[in-house]
Amino acid sequence: MDLLQVNDLKTYFFTEAGVVKAVDGITFNVEKGCTVGLVGESGSGKSVTAQSVLRIVPKPGKIIGGKIFFNGEDILAKKEDEMRSYRGKKISLIFQDPTSSLNPVFTIGTQLAEIVRQHKRIDKSEAAEEVIKALKLVRLPDPEEAITRYPHQFSGGMKQRICIARALLLNPELLFADEPTTNLDVTIQAQIINLLIELQKNIGLTLVMITHDMGIVTQMCKCVVVLYAGNVMEIGSIEQIFQMPHPYTEALLKAVPRLDQTRKLISIPGNIPNLINPPYGCRFHPRCQYAIDRCKDEIPPLVDVGEGHMISCHRWRELNGG
Amino acid sequence: METLLEVNDLVKYFPVYSRGIFMKKVVGNVHAVDHISFEVRKGETVGLVGESGCGKTTTGKLILNLEKATSGEVKFEGVDVLKTFEKGSSEEKSRLRRSMQMVFQNPYASLDPRMTIYDIISEPFKIHRHIPKEEWENRVYKLLSMVGLEPYHAERYPHEFSGGQRQRICIARAIAVEPKFIVADEPVSSLDVSIRAQILNLMMDLQKELGISYLYISHDLSSVRQISHRVVVMYLGEIVEAAPTEKHFEHPIHPYTRALISAVPIPDPARKMDVILLPGEVPSPINPPSGCRFHPRCQYATDKCKLEKPKLEEIDRDHFVACHYAMNFM
Repeated sequence: MDLLQVNDLKTYFFTEAGVVKAVDGITFNVEKGCTVGLVGESGSGKSVTAQSVLRIVPKPGKIIGGKIFFNGEDILAKKEDEMRSYRGKKISLIFQDPTSSLNPVFTIGTQLAEIVRQHKRIDKSEAAEEVIKALKLVRLPDPEEAITRYPHQFSGGMKQRICIARALLLNPELLFADEPTTNLDVTIQAQIINLLIELQKNIGLTLVMITHDMGIVTQMCKCVVVLYAGNVMEIGSIEQIFQMPHPYTEALLKAVPRLDQTRKLISIPGNIPNLINPPYGCRFHPRCQYAIDRCKDEIPPLVDVGEGHMISCHRWRELNGG
Repeated sequence: METLLEVNDLVKYFPVYSRGIFMKKVVGNVHAVDHISFEVRKGETVGLVGESGCGKTTTGKLILNLEKATSGEVKFEGVDVLKTFEKGSSEEKSRLRRSMQMVFQNPYASLDPRMTIYDIISEPFKIHRHIPKEEWENRVYKLLSMVGLEPYHAERYPHEFSGGQRQRICIARAIAVEPKFIVADEPVSSLDVSIRAQILNLMMDLQKELGISYLYISHDLSSVRQISHRVVVMYLGEIVEAAPTEKHFEHPIHPYTRALISAVPIPDPARKMDVILLPGEVPSPINPPSGCRFHPRCQYATDKCKLEKPKLEEIDRDHFVACHYAMNFM
């Protein structure tokens, strides 16, 4: 069963310079209990997608079209106070930078207990117990003492553990992790990835991993959604996107240096497009080595090319042998 | 290959002061770089790897004398760099500056927003006067084309360029003085994934063309493997392993290096990850652990590791490891 369905989502930012089409018709589903990777470079719309699902798109951004269903319920039709009971409780989010997402003037205990008490009618000591339980879940050393300390007394990796505990406090069904390891060192990144994989298995969490690192996606996710300039390029299982990738995914994989081999990197020419005036047709066509005239004029639809592998490309079929 | 740059027993401590307005007392030292030695040969790239706070950026700055070393020696083509910058004539200093340049991590912060690209790239000509004025224009266009930009870009300002293009401008400025050696401090880590390959390829092409040596400082091991001929790994201000790239990635010896390499996720579904998870985190460099600095996180640590500091020893041709039990891991 699909826990989350996003259909033709459009989130635009109305800036003084023009309308930035950050998310422009994104469609994907997230199956219950699965880990889905949302992959893309900066400006591909991956974070804005997560913000749209939680309806916390910052101004001047606005969701102007599409539908989002969570457990079959239309999220975009909910009133604001109904939505508040979803955030944290049913759908939760971990941010990229743990330092700026914790309040520096409150202890860990105070700021985490506040969340519990917003949603449940319990007293302070019960709330503190729930906080300690969550901190134990993310294996923060000595949680009883940790709740009396302030964020600056923890290292980056520990802060990210606290942020994960905060996101899990109310037992959400769906967790968005927005580049949770980008600011961390490699060895600490490995600890956090390990923790997320374990949590996903042990408590049956549905996880959407937002990242630009194909390596992390490969190690964590079954299903991947590849975004580029606000559009979905490809949806498929890890095996599918490695065996018969979309031209963008293919170019990206060839451009990334790999630890286990040395080879000539084939760089993608040009730059990421400006989303105020994105290229017409396929948004990747100005940088695509296979682009033909049709790619400039016609927006390629996202079609199922077999076994749930969805591709948005005019030429994919002929490039992959008919 | 001939040695170009030699770093001997280089040390940098940053003093830590006690709180208070009037009485500033030194209460300790951050051991940022602690007795490190290595060399860079002509035309090669040495990757300097480590996690944040291990002293890799400080090392780069010490070599260029952008940061004053506490003690130690840096020799460039036999010339004592630190002494020259302290006591040498301005001519000697300028000669050294011309042969060693730097490319910084953040191309958004390292270009003056009020100068045109022409001014930025020709500024080194003004300072070093190694090119007659009538040739400046041609030279700027030539540099722009070398880094893959167009002549009309010269009249523009930095804000009109994307991150990758700005990094190209920074590289053009660095090679304007025809240096023999460039310290590149995380030159691609602030760029988008699809742009990184462009800059790495550009750096490698320039090396082939001009024979420049690089000290490539990075925490991203995959890009280090791509660009380096030799790799030096630092942990808490010390070198733990130095080896030719192939050996370094295929047969790492030091337990820290092995954990570091195993922790990098590889984009290949056929490959199963075998991550060596290190417990805990990097300790504070103010009071670094005794003996081997890695011992509190090392699964093989013994009492000897706690007491005795291992020396950096050559265990195989060109392969240096600082571990008491290096032989057991061969």
